[in-house]
Amino acid sequence: MLLEARNISKSFPGVKALDDVSLQFYPGQVNVILGENGAGKSTLLKILTGVYPQYEGSILLDGKVLRFGSVREAQRAGIAIIHQELNLIPQLTVSENLFLGRELHRELGLLDSTEMNRQTQAVLEKLQLDIAPQTPVRRLKVGEQQLVEIARALLTDAEVILMDEPTSALSDTEIDNLHRIIRDLKADGKTIVYISHKMDELFRIADHYTVLRDGVMVGTGKMEDTTEAELIRLMVGRELKIEAKTLVTQSDEVVMRVKDLDLDHPYVRQRKVLENISFNLKRGEILGIFGLMGAGRTELLETLFGLHPGRSRYRLEIEGTARQFKSPQEAIRQGLAFVTEDRKAEGLILGMDIAANISLPTLSETPMLQPQREKELARSYVDQLAIKTPSERQLCRNLSGGNQQKVVLAKWLSTRPKILFMDEPTRGIDIKAKHELYELMKQLVADGLSILLVSSEIPEILTLSDRILVMAEGRITGDFSVTEADEDHLLKAALPG
Amino acid sequence: MNLTFNNQLLRKSQSLIALFLLCLLIALLSDKFLTTSNLWNVLRQISVNVCIAVGMTLVVLMAGIDLSVGSVLAFSGAICAGLIKFGFAFESLDLFVGFTVLGGILGAMLVGLLLGLFNGWVITRFVVPPFVATLAMLTIARGLTMLYTKGIPISNLGPGLEFIGSGWLLGIPVPVWISLIVVLVFVFISRKTAFGRYIYAIGGNEKAAFLSGININRIKLAVYGLAGMLAAIGGVLVTARLNSAQPNAGMTYELDAIAAVVIGGTSLSGGVGSVTGTVIGAAIIGVLNNGLVLLNVSPFWQQVAKGVVILLAVIIDKMNRKEA
Repeated sequence: MLLEARNISKSFPGVKALDDVSLQFYPGQVNVILGENGAGKSTLLKILTGVYPQYEGSILLDGKVLRFGSVREAQRAGIAIIHQELNLIPQLTVSENLFLGRELHRELGLLDSTEMNRQTQAVLEKLQLDIAPQTPVRRLKVGEQQLVEIARALLTDAEVILMDEPTSALSDTEIDNLHRIIRDLKADGKTIVYISHKMDELFRIADHYTVLRDGVMVGTGKMEDTTEAELIRLMVGRELKIEAKTLVTQSDEVVMRVKDLDLDHPYVRQRKVLENISFNLKRGEILGIFGLMGAGRTELLETLFGLHPGRSRYRLEIEGTARQFKSPQEAIRQGLAFVTEDRKAEGLILGMDIAANISLPTLSETPMLQPQREKELARSYVDQLAIKTPSERQLCRNLSGGNQQKVVLAKWLSTRPKILFMDEPTRGIDIKAKHELYELMKQLVADGLSILLVSSEIPEILTLSDRILVMAEGRITGDFSVTEADEDHLLKAALPG
Repeated sequence: MNLTFNNQLLRKSQSLIALFLLCLLIALLSDKFLTTSNLWNVLRQISVNVCIAVGMTLVVLMAGIDLSVGSVLAFSGAICAGLIKFGFAFESLDLFVGFTVLGGILGAMLVGLLLGLFNGWVITRFVVPPFVATLAMLTIARGLTMLYTKGIPISNLGPGLEFIGSGWLLGIPVPVWISLIVVLVFVFISRKTAFGRYIYAIGGNEKAAFLSGININRIKLAVYGLAGMLAAIGGVLVTARLNSAQPNAGMTYELDAIAAVVIGGTSLSGGVGSVTGTVIGAAIIGVLNNGLVLLNVSPFWQQVAKGVVILLAVIIDKMNRKEA
């Protein structure tokens, strides 16, 4: 069935997640949705599957306008979703999971296990899965569990199957198997909607693409008419004026030296998230780190900040002294600061006011609170960073994204850091706040701060950085000075393999 | 801004208004309520719950829970009585240490602190949910109490301890003094110290607090330790009041403490609430119990009434939050 979205808009307080998006998903094809974090992919999926019943615009299935008030209604209309995190109950058997919520009954309301097992067996055979219907799901491998999810979609006679990064946890053979099944589903005329960040995979399996960026549809077409570079450009490129980077004469003094950094995978033995990473950061420098999602950029900052002491190995020198950090506390003491990617979950205590958030890392200097000092500190940053708020006692919950980000920055500046880590500092904030932040960063490095900037926006990284490292699959794959870096170089280095 | 500020103010005064209306209602129905002796009686009765509930407030502000306080209260109370009455004998060294009343009390507080620290250690070191860790301590400490007392009350503890339970100082009952000091100390800690701010920060967003360089585990350890020590102070008060340590003292006191915390407006999900709110919550429960006794209502109905008040408090709190 043809699934169509017409002029879909969806707003959350402070941010427009989807802005007038129109697109089609064709039957008998694999339709891929591309976009970076925060582009609006998951919001779109949630609207299509009835998780968000409130939105503007309309959803059409074979030309008929539908409005799903709940997940159940979407299911009944024939739309099934396979989540990135599996939605199976590990203790129940395969068959029990497949029929969860719509069990077959015999007379007297007793469960008809025989019939359920028989149907389960049939659908498992169709997927060429050699599993008994009575196997508890927790005994299955992740790849098999993924296929059980697909089996569930098949059992409900879903015509549209949405898959959210289904291969992120699969081995190569499991991926091949999944692709084979997807081709079968295509042949049966099902509409497949597919989300993945693995480019090579998309070119093998997908027929049609749609790219979202900042809630807007920026490109759509047939896979055969496009290239990898073109798709990435659509995803990360932004029509922002790129100001020429003025090279400031900076000192050659190395503030931070990182050598041979390795980070083990948290669950998979022998696998490494980061491998063999070495670089230097100079005083007054903005060192950009570019890479696609999953390249290991955030993990690199986290490791240096003392968040993975158990599974990392590295040699680190701060201003010439060897250091190892077992906690953020130790890292902060040596002059590190970390503006994290997710300011709501990691940066701020939303239920506390601006002043309390700013003073949090420096409270330990005295056992007693000093309300006067706290207030003055907050005032000075509210002025300096132009935080728009009626008072420094305003709760952070009530600030806009850009202003929240400024409070996070103020919090870290109050520790008088030597080195500032910034992970996607402008994600989800408006253009004006973004440019204010750029100006601030330039000011800070002029005053001698060194910044390690992680960003997946090419214009941003080209505008701000003095030097750019590119990462792919946990390694450094490129090292450019700002004069030699351009979009093509960065993209080429960022592609895995 | 004014909106949220007023809301906070309103939320705080809501429980005060409720307390006031409750007092008014009971005063209208019974002329015995507003007598001096009865009011002192109410304050003395709530003093134990106030001590425990203040500790519980800190724990709940951190989005934790401490179910062990009733048992910790019983064990520390028994230790207090045992030390005063029997002292401490090192048979191998042929050494006997006797305890003064103060020594017994300090010993009890130390035991409470250690049990609380053990809770905190299990919770932080092994990442056990607080509910489970302190549930285990609930039965462990109760069992230790039975072992220590052999299931028999330890009685006749002398006039010194009796004074703490039943005496008056400057026209105010001694237990009321003690709970007043506890409240003042912990209002100060929660509002004026970095430690207090960290408690709120951890309850508000543990991850952000950790990333800001706060030693989360140390704060948690300290808070559970303090909760245990405050339960021990409650244990001393109970023992002193009866001039006897009962092996089954403090049963279900943890529930009264949690009720006071919740009625006082502290959110069970952490980050929001106050010690003063809890004091008001404890007062509401105390006045309600007292009033129902004065009105000759069956004690069974008292339990029902307390439950209804808890429900009302939480529902009103939820509705406030939705508006905000």
